[in-house]
Amino acid sequence: MTQPIFAYITHKNGVADDSALELIVAAKKIDPSAPVTAIVCGDGAELDAVCTAMAAVYPEVWKVSSPALAYPNAEVVRGVLVNLLPAGAVTLAPHDTFGMDLSPGLSVKLNAAFVPDVVGIEGVDGVTLKAVRQEFGGQVSTHIHCDMASGVVLNIRSGVFQADDSKASGAVVDKSGQAGDCKAKRRFIEVVAAEVGDVDITKSDVLVSVGRGIEEQENISIAQELADAIGAVVSCSRPIVDAKWLEKARQVGTSGKTVKPKVYIALGISGSFQHMGGLKGNPFIVAINKNSKAPIFQVADIGVVLDLLEFVPELTEKIKEMK
Amino acid sequence: MEILVCVKRVPDTAENEIVVNGKGTDIERGDLVYSVNEWDNYAVEEAIQIRDRVGGSVTVVTVGDGDSEEILRREMAMGADKGILLSDDAFNGSDGRGIASILKSEIEKGKYDLILTGAQADDGAAQVGGMLAAMLDMPYASLVNKIETGSGNTIGIGREIEGGNQEMSEIDLPCVLSIQTGINEPRYVGIRGIRKVASVEIPVHGAGDLGIAAGSVGAAGAKVKRVDYFVPPAGEGAEILEGSSDEIAEKLIELLKSKGGIK
Ligand SMILES: Cc1cc2nc3c(=O)[nH]c(=O)nc-3n(C[C@H](O)[C@H](O)[C@H](O)COP(=O)(O)OP(=O)(O)OC[C@H]3O[C@@H](n4cnc5c(N)ncnc54)[C@H](O)[C@@H]3O)c2cc1C
Ligand SMILES: Nc1ncnc2c1ncn2[C@@H]1O[C@H](COP(=O)(O)O)[C@@H](O)[C@H]1O
Repeated sequence: MTQPIFAYITHKNGVADDSALELIVAAKKIDPSAPVTAIVCGDGAELDAVCTAMAAVYPEVWKVSSPALAYPNAEVVRGVLVNLLPAGAVTLAPHDTFGMDLSPGLSVKLNAAFVPDVVGIEGVDGVTLKAVRQEFGGQVSTHIHCDMASGVVLNIRSGVFQADDSKASGAVVDKSGQAGDCKAKRRFIEVVAAEVGDVDITKSDVLVSVGRGIEEQENISIAQELADAIGAVVSCSRPIVDAKWLEKARQVGTSGKTVKPKVYIALGISGSFQHMGGLKGNPFIVAINKNSKAPIFQVADIGVVLDLLEFVPELTEKIKEMK
Repeated sequence: MEILVCVKRVPDTAENEIVVNGKGTDIERGDLVYSVNEWDNYAVEEAIQIRDRVGGSVTVVTVGDGDSEEILRREMAMGADKGILLSDDAFNGSDGRGIASILKSEIEKGKYDLILTGAQADDGAAQVGGMLAAMLDMPYASLVNKIETGSGNTIGIGREIEGGNQEMSEIDLPCVLSIQTGINEPRYVGIRGIRKVASVEIPVHGAGDLGIAAGSVGAAGAKVKRVDYFVPPAGEGAEILEGSSDEIAEKLIELLKSKGGIK
């Protein structure tokens, strides 16, 4: 393959995101021999720190420095990348809130193909890139064939391509002069921190977590009673917070809290990657779900395929009797 | 404010088990319950609230087949003023970019100040909104969970970012925003509401009406093609507890005890 490969590095406080080490692994699945160039946009000392760190992993690092890039505004970054990227570029970015903001529009402006939320790369055949995606909240997978003749932008799901021990002594090339005017019709103002709640679910060793399968607000008590019986705290998936049945501080996931319990009991949670992304530290996972095909059974240790509304009260009774 | 909301009819994953058909060419669609994409419903609610605050109108549009008309009516029952169905055999097999360019052709026939999409749909792509914005040369923001309308030519927006933090920005109109769930509480639509709009006419526009060249959209124009559906061979997977619910509960209690899950 002759198309150059680039990885867009996201970073915060002078530290590259975990995705930085995963993108190069994904890139090597496309072409094991291609030199992969990291692109780092930012400003000041933090930018330099990230560039130095990336040069130890990537054979080349393009540094783009501007006060307008001090905060990663995807509208500004897109303009920069359109100016910098050569025709036919293969560009990788993380499928996170930044990549979702940047990549679809970038692909249009580059006249490149776009494959979102990539979970597998099976190689390249001519100009056809073969990738794997998931649909319907991870219930089914699909093989994707993508015509990358005029380039492609790939958003890579985090945690799928495990970082390897890629080492390099790469050169940092300053590309700031070619970045353009860094103007955009969307202007960043500030980040407002998530609200602090009454309970801190990150402090509990055992979580009883409720998902949409709980069906009604009144049924939350079923989870609370189980949690009380075993000395756990109640957490939840996003739809429960959207419905305002529990406060945001109890939400587990990429847009909620990252938790590291010892035991995680998931009640009526399908196991979307955004939910599981908040579960770290390899806990013992028990999934109770009436759909035997629910993706959570692929990651759980123990599964119970039953209606939680019937089973959980029964379980709680038994635990109470036992005590 | 003239607001357009893009909506999609999708299988309701909370109601259905999604099963791949025998040949892996599609999912079994026979018994599926369909509804409007969860994220789109929040987008329509937001559009209605903005219209009620500052005036204007809300149009809902979808690219789909005849069955998609029902979701347009549902969103009109919620309070959208107009519905438009974009439908043509030539649209079948479009990739995200194809869908975006069909929508773009319709949008250019009107004059909208604000275009909303859902953050993502059933294929989890989260792509149509951003592509549409780039094609229209309008500014874009994804995962919007707050919209503050003012008087000038800009609006204030909040984007949900990692950890539930919120990124506040100002964006020029016209713009395209993809809406994240939780931004509002979508109103309930009853059967009576749907009946009220049952006979409202919904225009159907095809490739010809939109001036879309054959072959530029649909399967022929798609750079990204889905080859098949499959279920990956189960790896380790969970150990599924078997037996009566009584037996299962007992086994589970033992396991939880041994793992420190019962204090
Ligand atoms: C940018 C972004 C960020 C996101 N961040 C998060 C996040 O931080 N956290 C998060 O959780 N989600 C997040 N999401 C949403 C995520 O994509 C899923 O929509 C969500 O996790 C689904 O929640 P769920 O599993 O509770 O619901 P569903 O996917 O609807 O699953 C419900 C499950 O309950 C089962 N069930 C139904 N009834 C019963 C019953 N009676 N007994 C037993 N089982 C039953 C069903 O079989 C199903 O598997 C995010 C999405 C986006 C786009
Ligand atoms: N066929 C369609 N018709 C109208 N809007 C769509 C269609 N497909 C996707 N969209 C819009 O684009 C959003 C994101 O979908 P996707 O990019 O497919 O994940 C959806 O929430 C809709 O607002």
